[in-house]
Amino acid sequence: MSATPLLELRGIDKSFGPVQVLRDVAFAAHPGEVTALVGDNGAGKSTLVKCISGIYPTDAGEFLFDGRPVSISSPRDAAALGIEVVYQDLALCDNLDIVQNMFLGREKRSGIVLDEPTMEQMAAETLAGLSVRTVKSLRQHVSSLSGGQRQTVAIAKAVLWNSRLVILDEPTAALGVAQTAQVLELVRRLADNGLAVVLISHNMNDVFAVSDRIAALYLGQMVAQVKTTDITHSQVVELITAGRSGGLGLAGEPGSNGTGAAPADTTPGAVR
Amino acid sequence: MTATVVKKEGPAGVAPAPTVGSHVNNYWRRVRGGDIGALPAVVMLVVLAVGFSIARPSFFTAGNLANLFTQGAAVTLIAMGLVFVLLLGEIDLSAGFASGVCAAILANTVTVLGYPWYVAVLAAVVTGVVIGVVLGLLVAKVGIPSFVVTLAGFLAFQGVVLTLMDEGANIAVRDDVLVAIANRNISPVLGWALAALAIAGYAAVQLLRHRNRSARGLVTDPIAVVAARIGGLAVVLGVAVYVLNLERSRNVLVVSLKGVPIVVPIIALLLVVWTFVLQRTSYGRHIYAVGGNAEAARRAGINVDKIRISVFVICSGMAAIGGIVAASRANSVDPNTGGSNVLLYAVGAAVIGGTSLFGGKGRVLDAVLGGAVVAVIDNGMGLMGYSSGVKFVVTGVVLLAAATIDALSRRRAAATGTR
Repeated sequence: MSATPLLELRGIDKSFGPVQVLRDVAFAAHPGEVTALVGDNGAGKSTLVKCISGIYPTDAGEFLFDGRPVSISSPRDAAALGIEVVYQDLALCDNLDIVQNMFLGREKRSGIVLDEPTMEQMAAETLAGLSVRTVKSLRQHVSSLSGGQRQTVAIAKAVLWNSRLVILDEPTAALGVAQTAQVLELVRRLADNGLAVVLISHNMNDVFAVSDRIAALYLGQMVAQVKTTDITHSQVVELITAGRSGGLGLAGEPGSNGTGAAPADTTPGAVR
Repeated sequence: MTATVVKKEGPAGVAPAPTVGSHVNNYWRRVRGGDIGALPAVVMLVVLAVGFSIARPSFFTAGNLANLFTQGAAVTLIAMGLVFVLLLGEIDLSAGFASGVCAAILANTVTVLGYPWYVAVLAAVVTGVVIGVVLGLLVAKVGIPSFVVTLAGFLAFQGVVLTLMDEGANIAVRDDVLVAIANRNISPVLGWALAALAIAGYAAVQLLRHRNRSARGLVTDPIAVVAARIGGLAVVLGVAVYVLNLERSRNVLVVSLKGVPIVVPIIALLLVVWTFVLQRTSYGRHIYAVGGNAEAARRAGINVDKIRISVFVICSGMAAIGGIVAASRANSVDPNTGGSNVLLYAVGAAVIGGTSLFGGKGRVLDAVLGGAVVAVIDNGMGLMGYSSGVKFVVTGVVLLAAATIDALSRRRAAATGTR
């Protein structure tokens, strides 16, 4: 494992009432790398992301950021650390323009007046820094943008704040082929710019196209976190669907409903 | 950037500078795309004014114009507050009777208890704010739909007014200052001075912005468009002040009646203040954000509940000011103050002006334009001698038409991807 991970989670537990959604999850994200977080529906990917971003409190476990223990109890804490999440449903306001959306909740002001020129310049620089050339005007309402452009705006919004960890929740789920390629290129560029990127995806092609590491969740447990080059397509699918693949993943009865399976070999974060 | 037609700005200095032609083109494209804003209100206003002037020459006189302003003032003020609630996609059906309650408090304080006018005004506005806080808490924290909360308020406040009015008696308001609000005029010279101040202020803001933006290399509106805006405002204000400064007394020897009604600069000031709040502060930006996508706003760290409560406070507070103006105009408060058609007219004014009932779209100016349309309909049909039954039907139909335009333009906007 290279150097210190930017974000490291250890032993995260999370329950909603009687349902335990995450059990003893460990996870790491490294700067300059794309870590793909994969898992079937209900495996706990979204819950894990919401714990990292401070939307859900965790029941147990520790967060290390830059090697230092931190506590994240609200979205603001996460934002203060430089953690940004780009949600599946985008979280953009259709009735606002691109600049307004990018600065939503963190508007630049001079006195009590919004400082529009500064915001517009910063937005333009950020988009230029990501080599985004598809947007006509920064004062376009988001409702007039295509799916790929919206995703671009959402990602640009996330990197605007000198963020260090960007989590992308299914960024290509609703996109066409060309737009998907565009967004994946952008994802790669984020990592190349030195950010730690976590990519949640169902699409194995996307995962293998851009990720450096793959972390697989199975029924709330982290069954493997390995380098993308060390694993094959079908092994990942097995990890997602059965929780184990060859020497990787859960030991013991594969495909058990997970409630009784002791996470014996869960050595989360274990790398081959 | 690969800009072909750019409305205003593109990333620094790369997009071609827009010309007057492209500016007009773009506006037209937005209108056709369903983003019509206050256009229906302006068109309706012109058509109605011309129509009534032809049918009843007395409509287009200085006296009637001044009447129009004072008649429409209370409804316009309430509508300005309603815009905030509508921006969140909520509704306040109790605003009419909330203004009645505040007017009743005003009358009781000044006439029955004998306090000075400023204490009474303060009491009325505080009452409005308290009503807003209660409504807002019930909607935001308890989670009752605003429609139900304010419908309950509509009924309850009607009862409160009756109780405050001692079961139906009305209370006179004789305080000079309070009566002056809707019944006296500012001197013609002061009228011109205020108009000049407004134009100069607007021009300064526009030109500074233009200079600031071009200095930073951001794409700006062509200077001709900026000049046209300033010129347009100057013409509108100039004509209005000129007409209102004409002598409109029937017998000049008995009493001279000229000047801008005092309530007009009050509305203008509130218009400027609330427009500033909505367009230039982060609070205003957050209102639009919550109205557009509450979940996105929440994730952006905006306290959605606080915004939701605050708009109800603004709405009821503005209703209080509307109630004060209504009391001033009638020289009294009766159990029906703020009742009957006031709420319908206020909602109508906001919607006719282009505020969307679906939230996220609207300006305070919409309420003023829509308020003017409602006042013209009410006033003009009165002059034509129609009964109030017919007036209600026509206003109802106009409100329905405005809501239809809102819904259809929204559909069109969804189809063309603009809004």
